[in-house]
Amino acid sequence: MSTLFFIQFLNGLQLGVLLFLLAAGLTLVFGIMDFVNLAHGSLYMVGAFFCATLTFWTGSFVWAVLLAIPLTALVGLALEMGVIRHLYQRDHLDHVLATFGFILIADTLVHLIWGPEGIAIPLPEYLQGQVQILPGVIFPTFRLVIISCGLLVAFGLYWLIGRTRLGMLIRAGASNRTMVSALGIDIKTLFTAVFALGAVLAGLAGMLIAPITEATIGMGNDIIITAFVVIIVGGIGSMKGAFIGALIIGLIDTLGRSFLDDILKIFIPVNAAETAGPAISSMLIYLIMAGVLAFRPQGLFPPKVR
Amino acid sequence: MLKTTGIAALGLALMASASYAADIKIGYVTTLTTPAAVLGNDMKDAVNLAVEHLDGKMAGKSVEIIFEDDGFKPEIGKQKTDKLVQQDDVPIVAGYIWSNVLLASAKSVFDAGKFLISSNAGPSQIAGKLCNANFFSTSWQNDQTPMAMGEVLNQQGVKSLYLLGPNYAAGKNMMTGVERTFKGEIKGKDLTKWPSQLDFSAELAKAKASGAEAIFVFYPGKAGGAFIKQYQQAGLKGELDLYSVFTVDAISLPKLQAAKLEGVLGSRLTQQWDPTLDNEANKKFVSSFREKYKRYPSFYAAQAYDTINLIASGVEAVGGDMSKTDELRAAMAKADYPSVRGKYTYGKNHMPIQNFYLREVVADDDGNWTTKVVKTVYENHVDPYVGECPLAK
Repeated sequence: MSTLFFIQFLNGLQLGVLLFLLAAGLTLVFGIMDFVNLAHGSLYMVGAFFCATLTFWTGSFVWAVLLAIPLTALVGLALEMGVIRHLYQRDHLDHVLATFGFILIADTLVHLIWGPEGIAIPLPEYLQGQVQILPGVIFPTFRLVIISCGLLVAFGLYWLIGRTRLGMLIRAGASNRTMVSALGIDIKTLFTAVFALGAVLAGLAGMLIAPITEATIGMGNDIIITAFVVIIVGGIGSMKGAFIGALIIGLIDTLGRSFLDDILKIFIPVNAAETAGPAISSMLIYLIMAGVLAFRPQGLFPPKVR
Repeated sequence: MLKTTGIAALGLALMASASYAADIKIGYVTTLTTPAAVLGNDMKDAVNLAVEHLDGKMAGKSVEIIFEDDGFKPEIGKQKTDKLVQQDDVPIVAGYIWSNVLLASAKSVFDAGKFLISSNAGPSQIAGKLCNANFFSTSWQNDQTPMAMGEVLNQQGVKSLYLLGPNYAAGKNMMTGVERTFKGEIKGKDLTKWPSQLDFSAELAKAKASGAEAIFVFYPGKAGGAFIKQYQQAGLKGELDLYSVFTVDAISLPKLQAAKLEGVLGSRLTQQWDPTLDNEANKKFVSSFREKYKRYPSFYAAQAYDTINLIASGVEAVGGDMSKTDELRAAMAKADYPSVRGKYTYGKNHMPIQNFYLREVVADDDGNWTTKVVKTVYENHVDPYVGECPLAK
């Protein structure tokens, strides 16, 4: 039982860091620019498809990721300069409409370019196998790679935001946007850079998950909802909130799927537990969100003062 | 008053012109967007091939197929079905990959007194309590294929099993199916969120920890490819043997081959059809499909091809007069057409009574991954719900 719990903890951690990669970009864009970007999931999909094609071209998954990252950044830049930039002054409903439109365009473009069937990405031999972490605890190597990548990025972002000039501007922007631009900071360039950074993080998440689930159309649309749950739980605009929120949601979702039906079986008949288990575990993260909204609407770790 | 009459006249004129555009119109609902479009496109290709093989005619009349996209969602499937029934006024609506889409759409067709031919979905309800004389299936009832798999597991001497599938109508039927026939112990089961959950890490860890000898899965479409990859990445081969239904197919195999997932070779599945089945209709279908589309047809395609030929047999019998619904129904109930699965008959609920085979994933002579028949598991198998169908009483 304890080894199973440990494995499920690792699985939850893996889902958590993946969610963090998505939520980090989302919370930056939402927190700093006050922009609702539903199309964040499309960047996740675009990253996955770039990586898939490049894996077949270069013959190496690692090279593909390294090349796909700047490509995804370019898509992010083009999107920000071409469309998003003109929408900052509008209200949230316009953001939602425009970015929802972009989701449809992106899904259709991918359908036209890559076809509907999706692409399975081959992993190199050394990532394909499993490692024994502890006696009896065998875990797929690639999932460990995802966890390490995610933690590395989290550390990098912590450094970037806490210790660099760019990070200082980002923090200042999240707290008081008007004041930052009044102090003579080129807010336009800052916004573009932040958007591109968010795009890269989302794209990276897509690249990391694609060898597990395949690059498919609309892959971002399912996970983006969970990413929104993460930033609401964590506190919109807060990187720390995104990180802790993502781990909480990842762990709760995975552990719920793993143990909820067994726990329910203690209290209610087996048949009822088997029906209720999957239903409740798929609702679990939304129940958490509802709880946070009811008792702490600003999120668990909101950014300091507006 | 004049205005109303004018509009009514215009409406009549439009309706008249619509019904004269083609002699025989058939509605076909399948999935043409989302990743599941790859299944729908395979069916669409097979339908077009079948029409081509009929020279575009049934009983000497021209045939028009109106394709509609269900968007992988029950509510959209129902809307499109309503459109076909009311606006296009087609006498027959066919297609339907997904059991939940079929269940949402069936009433619209039956209430209008039209025919519904399922090319894939076979939910228990439509075979049992909700059965209708105007329903025909060219596939199977959901429970049947996993029942055959349960039988195979018994024959292989598998003692304990873990069940995994998506949480929707078909997923539940598949689990019930294997539980009907499997004699060993069920160590546990999981129903996962459908269709959004594609990462099965938690479930695979549970299955392994359960100590079961083998795992039975049902994951159609893109979830199937994802599951196979994760099963291999988790290194479960040899430890937790994989038995699946509708998970590995002619659509996922080329992708798995491109990603070099050799673990899938040798894995076994049950089905009512296989590209190697030795009959004239199947040879013609498989060879012309491969020639025209440069790939193997999937079972979705085979069933779609049969759907058009079943309809053609009915239309021929009534000489193209679609108003003779009783004769049309009686003719189709005979299943008197060259099916690619070989000869089969219909039960009272119009579900096929047919053979089920054990198939194995192999590489063909050119190195393409495909399947071959290992043996026959069931002969003339009847679905378990026919007794609940009021038509059978």
